[in-house]
Amino acid sequence: MSIPTTTTHTARARSPVEASSSLWRQSIRQLSKNKLAVSGFIFIIFMFLICFIGPLFSPYADNKINPAMMHKPPSMKHWLGTDLLGRDVLTRLLQAGRISLTVGLASMALSMTIGTILGIISGYYRGIVDQIIMRTADLLFTIPGLPILFIMGALMSEWKVPTDYRLYLVMLMLSIIGWPGVARLVRSQMLSLREREYMQAAVVLGLRDRRKLFHHLLPNVFPLLIVIATLSIGGAILSESVLSFFGLGVMPPTPTWGNMIDAANNVIDFEKRPWLWIPPGLAIFLTVIAINLFGDGLRDVLDPKQKK
Amino acid sequence: MSEALLEVRHLKKYFPITAGLLNRTVGHVKAVDNISLTIRPGETFGLVGESGSGKSTVGRTILRLHDKTDGEVRFKGISVHDLSKTEMNKLRPQMQLIFQDPYSSLNPRIRIGDAIGEALLDHGLAAKEDIPGYVMEVMESCGLSAYHYNRFPHEFSGGQRQRIGIARALALRPEFIIADEPVSALDVSIQAQIINLFQKLQHTKGLTYLFISHDLSVVEHLCNRIGVMYLGSMMETAPRDELFLRPLHPYTKALLSAIPVPIPKLKRERIVLKGDIPSPANPPSGCKFHTRCPYAVAQCKEETPEFRQAGNDHYVACHLV
Repeated sequence: MSIPTTTTHTARARSPVEASSSLWRQSIRQLSKNKLAVSGFIFIIFMFLICFIGPLFSPYADNKINPAMMHKPPSMKHWLGTDLLGRDVLTRLLQAGRISLTVGLASMALSMTIGTILGIISGYYRGIVDQIIMRTADLLFTIPGLPILFIMGALMSEWKVPTDYRLYLVMLMLSIIGWPGVARLVRSQMLSLREREYMQAAVVLGLRDRRKLFHHLLPNVFPLLIVIATLSIGGAILSESVLSFFGLGVMPPTPTWGNMIDAANNVIDFEKRPWLWIPPGLAIFLTVIAINLFGDGLRDVLDPKQKK
Repeated sequence: MSEALLEVRHLKKYFPITAGLLNRTVGHVKAVDNISLTIRPGETFGLVGESGSGKSTVGRTILRLHDKTDGEVRFKGISVHDLSKTEMNKLRPQMQLIFQDPYSSLNPRIRIGDAIGEALLDHGLAAKEDIPGYVMEVMESCGLSAYHYNRFPHEFSGGQRQRIGIARALALRPEFIIADEPVSALDVSIQAQIINLFQKLQHTKGLTYLFISHDLSVVEHLCNRIGVMYLGSMMETAPRDELFLRPLHPYTKALLSAIPVPIPKLKRERIVLKGDIPSPANPPSGCKFHTRCPYAVAQCKEETPEFRQAGNDHYVACHLV
């Protein structure tokens, strides 16, 4: 069978076809009307910028130990004071932000990738593969996340994992905890999508599996993915902070917001030197709130069914 | 009798009812129970019946959206359900489906030009650069404008969306189209437009339709032959005029007496059926219609009536005819 082409129509195809608003563009427009979400987004960008650029301008970026400057309260020279080794708290706070945000982003990316791939396989092919993947996910769900993280953190300390590697292992641990939730959501979305009439239309049209997956299903899972990705960054930052706070995550001298608040464990620091633990606490609090506000806004726009 | 384009013989489609922890099958919904029909090239076969009578399931089983339970579907002599997945995909462009709901049958994230043209690419029926021109041509033949090419489904009305669904099916140049209640989701003025479009396309492209509907007046307007289904079984098939003038089956008679007539004073004998359609999971014995049939006799309860010829091209399943 060949299809005749008429020149008039091909010519018309090249003429500017009327612009059209995709669902994406509509969503962005809607999102920009949500003030909380927009301010959350601006704050996240701000946080990233100062954490990644700020330390470059700090005279204390080398983190030299300075016994003469131990435990100094905030002053003009050290805006947020100094810690027990005489290092500048503000500089460390920003350097810690780099680590915490990176851990959040990386473990989110990893758990999203694993979860999405496994969820798609489960939901599209079903059968025995689905059973294996979902029972594994269930197994991980039955054990509370924090105790697993603690056990894994304790194991890392037991095996004397070098400090540099701990950072990457923490990311890996967090994504092992994170993927089952993602996989479940993606799977359920796939299951509901594959029963839609337009997917039956795709079967009748005889489309290839590849086109059905990547052109028809994935774009419809994508909004959901963006929402869970955003919200899970906040969760990952929190979990990392909790681990590091208990000394089981990233170890000093590498600073993270979590191991900086560890100072609050010390009664004297807690009572007399609030500049050591209030700034990292606030940083975690504000960042996670901002991420959640932005994520909620995204969800309202992209996934209206989940709105409460 | 001319050569059949589509032949369905004793088609059965049962859906299992599962229950309990181990999902044991405890019964079957007999959605399609021993249906036979023949569709000749160029004709429009209307399939009517009330909700739940299995009309749509027949259509979907013919296209292998469902696997059959038993029986045979032959399209141009090829047994559709015996093909491998790849062979089936090769056959698919020749038989297309138009859906009832124009809203859920279009993917909201795909531009309609792509939705209409993408199957051509996958089947290698056209070169990539030829597709936009061809798609616009198809769109115009379905009453859409070429500048709609890059729009998304949500920018269209219900009637326009149904036109997109028709264009999508037509782009593959099928010979046979199953229209599954294509107008029942549209309001009456749009229904007329779409029905006229169906007729126009049949004349210009020589299409064969299986038109599934519960609206007898639409079927009367459009179809050459009509089959009446009840609870998964065919009750009667006949050419249109024959069926409307000389219905033989009591169920057909009851259906026809329910068509509204635009003459208020005309007194008609209205046959009102008692009760509801029984459950297809537990259909009545013998003739499935005997529980509601005003003429039922003892034989109807016990023996399933044969589907036999009762006139020129007129078939009926009733003991009393």
